[in-house]
Amino acid sequence: MATIKINSDKCKGCSLCVNACPKQCISFSKQFNKTGYHWAVLEKENDCIGCGFCYQVCPDVCIEVYR
Amino acid sequence: MKKILSRPESLKDNQMHYCPGCGHGIIHRLVAEAIDELGVREKTIAVAPVGCAVFAYDYFNFDTTEAPHGRPPAVATGIKRTNPDKFVFTYQGDGDISAIGMSETIHAANRGENITIIFVNNANYGMTGGQMAPTTLIGQVTETTPFGRDPKREGYPIHLCELLSSLTATTYLERVSIYNPKNIINAKRAIKKAFQYQIEGKGFSLIEVISNCPVDWGMTPLDSIKWVEEKFIEEFKLGLIKDKTEQI
Repeated sequence: MATIKINSDKCKGCSLCVNACPKQCISFSKQFNKTGYHWAVLEKENDCIGCGFCYQVCPDVCIEVYR
Repeated sequence: MKKILSRPESLKDNQMHYCPGCGHGIIHRLVAEAIDELGVREKTIAVAPVGCAVFAYDYFNFDTTEAPHGRPPAVATGIKRTNPDKFVFTYQGDGDISAIGMSETIHAANRGENITIIFVNNANYGMTGGQMAPTTLIGQVTETTPFGRDPKREGYPIHLCELLSSLTATTYLERVSIYNPKNIINAKRAIKKAFQYQIEGKGFSLIEVISNCPVDWGMTPLDSIKWVEEKFIEEFKLGLIKDKTEQI
């Protein structure tokens, strides 16, 4: 059992985590955050393996990994 | 479930001003993690450059000073010589270190100052809107080379690590990149090793990090990391350039 928490205010929607996720669990929100970006969300919660690739590639360090 | 990965203590909880997808944020985190792991946060003094990383003091949770354009190695020399027990590193871009600051860099390296330089190479002047830098690739289109860099007019890209490797006093030079998780983890290993060398008093080390600049290259973040992998590291080969401690 693993999961990630994404800070929606800090995310700039660069899509690097979406690209890095080996299980393709991350996608974008429909809404905008306060700086005007579609932030990344963990869509397939059960598929997350907690590998930390998204944390490694996140330039805004807004992802926390739990395992 | 336990938290296994989160923001390091040496990185403040501030929103970074960098463009979406910019490699600076990743490199900031790697530096902060390395400092946390070595336990030197309380005695660290960083020197920020002129360039995109000029606001590094807003992000790093330790003392940071700001140097005139290109002069961080000279400022770091002064800090380290007057406070030899402090941990001193500079964080510089390619326009800063290899254009206006080339002289300071070469002489600090030639004296073998016991400092560490984190050199972020993104092939252009990012902060001012993407003008040609000494590290710009042949044929690369920038604001000041709209038809691509022509070596007859603007010369060839400078390979700073190779240049410094000929100096007797340099201890450790390595070129790493951050375009995928594997390389990011490897970059952190190199940064931590360079920091360790300074703590052990082994002398001058420089880590060149090949980074991306999506907005000034006119690319999406994904296209920019692809360009790093396909073009950038073809010109700037990754790997260890020099480690004097292994030669001895």
